[in-house]
Amino acid sequence: MSDWGLGLLDSSALKLLGGVVVVLVLASAIAWLLGRRIGPTSTIGNLKQRINAWWLMVALIGAVLAAGETVTILLFLLLSLLALREFITISPTGRGDHKVLVWLVFIIPAVHYWFLWEHWYGMFSVFIPVYAFLFLPARNALAGQTKGFLQRAATIQWALMVCVYAISHAPALLQLPVAMELGREAAEGSSPGDGGATGAHLLLFLLIVVQGSDVLQYVWGKTLGKHPIAPSVSPNKTWEGFIGGVLSATALGAALWWITPFTPLMAALLALISCVMGFAGGLVMSAIKRDRGIKDFGSTIPGHGGIMDRLDSLCFAAPVFFHAVRFFYA
Amino acid sequence: MNVAGLSRRSLAKLISAFAGARVVTAHGDPTPQLPEQAIYYANHSSHLDFLTIWAALPADLQKRARPVAAKDYWGTGLRKAFAEQIFNAYLVDRHGSSRTRQRASDSGVSPKGQIAGMAEVLAAGDSLIIFPEGTRGDGESIAQFHGGLYKLANRHPEVPVVPVTLANLGRILPKGEVVPVPHLSTVVFCDPLHVAPDEEQPSFLARARRVLVDCLAEHQDTIDHGDDDDAAPALGSPPGGDRP
Repeated sequence: MSDWGLGLLDSSALKLLGGVVVVLVLASAIAWLLGRRIGPTSTIGNLKQRINAWWLMVALIGAVLAAGETVTILLFLLLSLLALREFITISPTGRGDHKVLVWLVFIIPAVHYWFLWEHWYGMFSVFIPVYAFLFLPARNALAGQTKGFLQRAATIQWALMVCVYAISHAPALLQLPVAMELGREAAEGSSPGDGGATGAHLLLFLLIVVQGSDVLQYVWGKTLGKHPIAPSVSPNKTWEGFIGGVLSATALGAALWWITPFTPLMAALLALISCVMGFAGGLVMSAIKRDRGIKDFGSTIPGHGGIMDRLDSLCFAAPVFFHAVRFFYA
Repeated sequence: MNVAGLSRRSLAKLISAFAGARVVTAHGDPTPQLPEQAIYYANHSSHLDFLTIWAALPADLQKRARPVAAKDYWGTGLRKAFAEQIFNAYLVDRHGSSRTRQRASDSGVSPKGQIAGMAEVLAAGDSLIIFPEGTRGDGESIAQFHGGLYKLANRHPEVPVVPVTLANLGRILPKGEVVPVPHLSTVVFCDPLHVAPDEEQPSFLARARRVLVDCLAEHQDTIDHGDDDDAAPALGSPPGGDRP
């Protein structure tokens, strides 16, 4: 069993996914029991919807990892594009921005993810913050509409940074083991899939810790939450939820050290950083939604809202986790 | 369902997915109860408008819904084949001769023969999808309506007039652009209207237009340019940011 492998999944990754499945089975059973005791209220319906969506998301991640790095990268490209669509829908762009939006949606994400797939770290890290950052406003200036120019240019770059650049650091974890084992020089231009099972472990570690932190913050906040952190942004985010959620998710991360190349202490530290960043991501996205007067970014994931409603914490956590691991281990 | 029917349904799904089209009623219900036959009318800001309404209709109603499209755009070559073969569009000559065009712009009346032709479609039991503004707008404001909507509703009082509000489609493919950029759009089916006995054209058209204006204000994501920051959005409930 120890050298079983399918794509990027090995037996340890399978054990980890098995653990997630056990948690989901428990969650589904609890929701079913609650439904029988309380009756079919809308809260129970929403809870079941959310748990069912979790089943699908876990199955999807497992499937793409089994299919390899290329397919996983394609999934994240698709997620980036869906997130971008949600983001520009609520952004104050106008007809004069249309030609820039074509670049923003159809060209830049594909090029960026291609650099990622090529394992061309240099271009992966500078293409959006440097080249796209300078090109997009120039193209927009040519279109000639100056009203609200800086606001529109800034919004477009922000959408790109969050929906494409930040999210892409999650699949970038898959290639990190090459730099960790053979050095940064050797990692440049290595083949897709070279990160192997260790890359998948890093990605699963981040996803489980960050999404687990979201769930745990919600649970702690619902049970003990009293003191809101930023009531004008989101009355649901409380100190009790934040501290309880982050600490328990950090403990979860430490308990998962065996799947990572980290020591238990280091796993706890990286989990802590990721959870705090994830909280920051959720807070920032809440502020944006509140400003635009919307409740959710979309309705793509039943019970959860839009893609951005689910990925808000990952957006902020992934780049920092990626660079922390790269700094300390490569 | 035959192959053509299946491929039509897949095409409809594809169009809805691309336009990110969410279908609701004016009361927020995601499953509108639509009449067997109707005159659907909508605000017009994009070439995608009739495709999206067509795609949003349930299969049995879709088969019998005929979008009214402009001959000068949809009437040639590949577009014509698309419009007529797949969407069963009813093509109209929106400018007509220069004389009828003059008359049309003076009185807000479309050339006579076309109303008769559309009325025949209704008499045959089919539905119509029409855009009473006559041309595409900027997606934010709704132009005055041409008289055709009233004339059709008046000739066929038994057919309900269903207002359809299209939000955000003008941002996917604005007038004058070639490449559509995905945004999330909304198709709102509002409550049906009927021409009241003795109701005059201006009153009915104003009533019909008002439904769309009000509904659009509610569903269109604002395309402001940062100069109306004082107009704080009404916020019913807090963002649902922390619902894992």
